[in-house]
Amino acid sequence: MAEPLLAIDGLVKRFGGLIATDNLSLDVRTGEIHALIGPNGAGKTTLVAQLMGQLPSDAGRIVFDGNDITRLPTHRRVGAGLARSFQITSVLRDFTALDNVALAVQAHQGHSFRFWRPARHDSALRDPALVILEQLGLGARADTLAANLSYGEQRQLEIAMALAGDPRLLLLDEPMAGMGPDESARMVAFLQRLKGKRTILLIEHDMDAVFALADRITVLVYGRAIATGAPAEIRANPEVRKAYLGEEHADA
Amino acid sequence: MLDVNALRNPRVMITLLLLIAAVLVPFFAGNFLVSFGSRIIIWTIAAISLNVILGYGGMVSFGHAAYLGIGGYAVGIMAHHGINSGFLQWPVAMLASALWALAVGALSMRTRGVYFIMITLAFAQLIYFVGVGLEAYGGDDGLTIYKRSEFAGILSLKNRATFYWTCFVLMLGVFYLCHRLVQSRFGMVLQGSKSNDLRMRALGFPTTRYRLTAFTLAGAMCGLAGALLANQTDFISPAMMHWTASGDLIVIVVLGGMGTLFGPLYGAIAFFVLEESLKPLIDWVRPGWGDYWRLLFGPLLVMVALYARGGLDSLFERAARPRHG
Amino acid sequence: MDPQLTLYLIQALNGLQLGLLMFLLAAGLTLTFGIMDLVNLAHGSLYMMGAYFAATFISLTDSFLLGALLALIASLVLGIAVEVIVMRRLYRRDHLDHVLATFGLILFFNELVRAFWGPAGLTIAVPSWLAHSVQLMPGVIYSAYRLAIIAVGLLVALFLAWLVTRTRTGMWIRAGASNRTMIGALGVNVQLLFTLVFGLGSVLAALAGLMAAPIVTVQIGMGDNILILAFVIIVIGGIGSIKGAFIAAMTVGMIDTFGRAFLPELLKLFLSNSAASTAAPALSSMMIYLLMAGILVWRPTGLFGARS
Repeated sequence: MAEPLLAIDGLVKRFGGLIATDNLSLDVRTGEIHALIGPNGAGKTTLVAQLMGQLPSDAGRIVFDGNDITRLPTHRRVGAGLARSFQITSVLRDFTALDNVALAVQAHQGHSFRFWRPARHDSALRDPALVILEQLGLGARADTLAANLSYGEQRQLEIAMALAGDPRLLLLDEPMAGMGPDESARMVAFLQRLKGKRTILLIEHDMDAVFALADRITVLVYGRAIATGAPAEIRANPEVRKAYLGEEHADA
Repeated sequence: MLDVNALRNPRVMITLLLLIAAVLVPFFAGNFLVSFGSRIIIWTIAAISLNVILGYGGMVSFGHAAYLGIGGYAVGIMAHHGINSGFLQWPVAMLASALWALAVGALSMRTRGVYFIMITLAFAQLIYFVGVGLEAYGGDDGLTIYKRSEFAGILSLKNRATFYWTCFVLMLGVFYLCHRLVQSRFGMVLQGSKSNDLRMRALGFPTTRYRLTAFTLAGAMCGLAGALLANQTDFISPAMMHWTASGDLIVIVVLGGMGTLFGPLYGAIAFFVLEESLKPLIDWVRPGWGDYWRLLFGPLLVMVALYARGGLDSLFERAARPRHG
Repeated sequence: MDPQLTLYLIQALNGLQLGLLMFLLAAGLTLTFGIMDLVNLAHGSLYMMGAYFAATFISLTDSFLLGALLALIASLVLGIAVEVIVMRRLYRRDHLDHVLATFGLILFFNELVRAFWGPAGLTIAVPSWLAHSVQLMPGVIYSAYRLAIIAVGLLVALFLAWLVTRTRTGMWIRAGASNRTMIGALGVNVQLLFTLVFGLGSVLAALAGLMAAPIVTVQIGMGDNILILAFVIIVIGGIGSIKGAFIAAMTVGMIDTFGRAFLPELLKLFLSNSAASTAAPALSSMMIYLLMAGILVWRPTGLFGARS
């Protein structure tokens, strides 16, 4: 089997006495959509922050494309090809949609110690940004302030910004969070089109979406991976049913 | 270059008229007004520098007057030792301020929010007390500068009008620099970091080094203003870097409109015109009370904070917006 | 007793007294900061107003105690008025708004004092029943008034410790300092709590001002510089922490006192006499700011700070 793109080995994160990530090991293979599911408080968002270097890890190793990135600062990880979206929408509210994506593009064009040429007339930034906005159906809203976009549009902008650097691994933290059924369906359709072209670690609560999109699924409970496998295996796994799916079905 | 349609925008019109009037000041105005104008221009330069980090960068520096002082002291100390060339004095003033800003910035960037405000204030106080302790240069009493900066006979800053125009041209230059800076890639990162630093970091920008660079550039810019101020008053003293002077600078920036190009100019004009005119105005309404003009000015600041955060710039913009219905 | 040791002892008492005065000022500031997240530059104005009120009421009543009591009541009323008229509109704003508005209040109060009491400073005499010295130990003679300041300061510190750790109000205050939204959820009348805390802070500031008045000159702007020191103290101690404020105030009081007392001697080893005596106070002031910078670099939220 080929080397995984991302290999997490024995990762730990503690907050005081609480263990958010508990000796977690996980692989993400090139080209797959790997879904991470688990009940609230399972430590999914913490893991994303650790992978991006926004939270330091207490133990363990993160290997990306054969290089140990455990101690790298965030910007170096982005440079290596990681990108994330946020569960709670985090866009630059007083910038236009186009500016938001253009900044994401800019982050991948070397340092920004360029003090003279106006960035808003720089086609090296604007053109690729527009292409991505079009892909997400936000082309007509390019000049709208992010704060004035609808919630669903802001969620799409989240994804657009994560995609802008042409990342080799995309960490999507609940892209469907808070969306209505129509918007969710559109987002699923969009991610479907990325399938096979991009490597994605997808965190999502919407089980229909997860089973529709994922090549493999890892179930996280209290910061620990209790199972990894193809959707059918996960569905059949009794431990998972007990710990997670059962609870979900009991709710419904 | 200039879009003709832009002239319909009252903001552009007001600024253009202000600038044209400003160029002509020495032709028709008396000594007092020319000096007054120089003072406004110098403080505008200082306010532009603060605006870069406060308005565009979102860094509430409560110690900006320190750079004014360092720039001033650089000129004063060199003059005291017989080094009068402005070609030497002014770059040294800017460099010294920039270095201090770099040091302060590097330490302050570790903190956030209130702690950032307070640590910048503390460092400014440190410099203030250095000034007080510099007995060789007058200590608390300050130091008179007997010779203004010399520019190899090209410029004579002793001439009031020449000094005024020098300041004016420098102000235009600083405006242009600031304009280019905030529109550039660097400026976008700076503003992005103000808007949402966490997101900017996740996008892959190591924002601290950009913010620190802006902080240092602003220090250099304000150091230039300090060098000019020392020349204007022929005097330096720790008072020019008292913490209330840092407060005045914040007031000017907010009053004019934070994060707008010409806000610092509007703010400085409003600040100093209010200072000079409230007094006679109150005296006119209630003779003898003019001395207490701050009784009005203080609450005015409270009002600005509560109700007019956009500053004068947004006022002009609202006037410019076409009315509907 | 060894004269050198006597000198140290007296300076230590001076440092304690200065530290306690600054603690009174810092305690109110750190509470309003911690609970309302309010940067109140005008806190020093209440210190000044306390001293001016005291000067007026003491000369009117001819009694230090009665005058001081009236001054405290006046300061409480003033503090509550400032909270109701200005501050409560600021809580939801950002720190820059706080800085701007309370900077305006400083200008206002300084001018108000100039209009009412005139530009010249005032003096308050030490009350006759404290205008003597006490022999603490053989050879250690100390001003009774300063001892009284120390006593009052310690009493207030104990009272605050009791208030914050042992009472229901104190529980809300602590809860509010670590998690503002929570106290609202507990069904506490947040608005009233804020007004009370602000009033308390105002009284403490005024108490510090009026007790300092007989030692320093009562003058316009007397609160401005000490306010900066109070900020330094709460930042060192950690915003919202009474304990931190106490420890930091003591440290700053000692550094300032010992710096001023002993630095000139130390500096004379390197500098001329006159240079040493001007440089020393500046240097001891600088040491305080250096200490703060050092602590913030080491612990970006102060010694006992809960949040940034």
